Amino acid sequence: MGQKLGRQSFRFTKPPVIAAAANIVGPMEGEGPLAAQFDWILDDILFGEPTWERAESKMLRESAKLALRKINWQSQEIDFFLAGDLLNQIISSNFAARDIEAPFLGLFGACSTFSEAIMVGSMLIDGGFAARVLVASGSHHNTAERQFRFPIEQGVQRPPYAQWTVTGSGALALADQGEGPVVTIGTAGKVVDLGISDPNNMGVAMAPAAADTLISHFRDTGTAPADYDLILTGDLGTVGSDALKELMKMQGYLLEGNYCDCGTLIYDLDKQDVHAGGSGCGCSSVVFTGSIWKQLNEGRYRKVLLAATGALMSSTSSQQGETIPGIAHAVVVESITPV
Amino acid sequence: MNEKTGSSEQQLEVAEYQELINKIRPRHTFLKNAILAFLVGGTICLIGQFILQIYMGQGLEQQQAQAATSATMVFLGAFLTGIGVYDQIGKYGGAGSIVPITGFANSIVAPAMEARREGFVFGIGAKMFTIAGPVLVYGFLISALIGISYFLLR
Repeated sequence: MGQKLGRQSFRFTKPPVIAAAANIVGPMEGEGPLAAQFDWILDDILFGEPTWERAESKMLRESAKLALRKINWQSQEIDFFLAGDLLNQIISSNFAARDIEAPFLGLFGACSTFSEAIMVGSMLIDGGFAARVLVASGSHHNTAERQFRFPIEQGVQRPPYAQWTVTGSGALALADQGEGPVVTIGTAGKVVDLGISDPNNMGVAMAPAAADTLISHFRDTGTAPADYDLILTGDLGTVGSDALKELMKMQGYLLEGNYCDCGTLIYDLDKQDVHAGGSGCGCSSVVFTGSIWKQLNEGRYRKVLLAATGALMSSTSSQQGETIPGIAHAVVVESITPV
Repeated sequence: MNEKTGSSEQQLEVAEYQELINKIRPRHTFLKNAILAFLVGGTICLIGQFILQIYMGQGLEQQQAQAATSATMVFLGAFLTGIGVYDQIGKYGGAGSIVPITGFANSIVAPAMEARREGFVFGIGAKMFTIAGPVLVYGFLISALIGISYFLLR
């Protein structure tokens, strides 16, 4: 059973093991600096499907199945499948779950869904409700553009602080026992809204939520930024990361060399014309299941704090002039089993 | 001030955060954008003028030649959208490629291409004017208002 820490955090007394990780990315992510860390790079952004929406769902399904194949699990042995994405009614996850024969809980935390899924999955395992949980989240650049912005072929200029939705999906297999990095602590985030209403400026809209969750985490657990080998936010991009650093500094927490954002890692920001970096449910999931997971396994990182961030608006709320509520959920993943 | 940010302490935070964001947010490069828009828009208009001259050289009256030129430019805009080139022009051209009639064609063909997958009626039929629709509605409205004013003031 877990142990509550402070207001928003909890420690898993029997930390769930991340037994396997898998990911699939689109062609553009496959040209980025993390290309060598991905399991499967698509040549075709349609993934052989007639629509982008079906391609997104297929990526999510195939990344989940790939995680299972890596450790020879059958989907009938899974106690819960937890997944989420950005599309209305999380169709990519719901449709992917048709082919994964396991009890399914759909999650929506926008781009924070990946850490939300790890957190909820770990709670299910540590609480004794499950022995094996499969989590996945993904996004597709073209489906997100269609839903939130403009048609792909529309000749519009993106502002310099805009971000590029990642085409990709990442999945993790969590277990109550076995070998691998473990999830030791979770911090559930509050919804924070500091009045940003420009849907092109999501990194900045989400940064206050990331700061709120990180500070709550440090307070609840009695730790400081320096106690982690890596503090990783989901998709704040360059502008949002700068905003986060400033907000943290105001509260007396310095984020320096050990801080990074998945959105700034996944693309070559100078060459790939993505402006402020990557975003989307797939951003944190493919970066974490790729390079971060490998470095945790190799022992290069001992303790990683992952705080994926989500912008909880819809295209309707944006058109109605509503500001953008942000959220961030944090999990601590360690490469050694604590005593 | 909206409800979510109602308390005075939070209001201060919202204002402070805006101030912070204004400091760190990268700026649009207005001069570069304006020059590129001028060059791209100017080139499109030059091509239009060239086509107009050809039609007139072939013996069309000016008014007929103008209509034929518009139709040709719309075709070119639609064609370049279809082969995935116009969005690249738009990335650099900005307003220079949005304002000419080719941009109008782009804004109708781009949503229509995507909506094809939702069928001919609720897809293409319903969605092709999602971007151009407002331009048409307010264009018609303004032309009607100008027409009425002209009739009354004549």
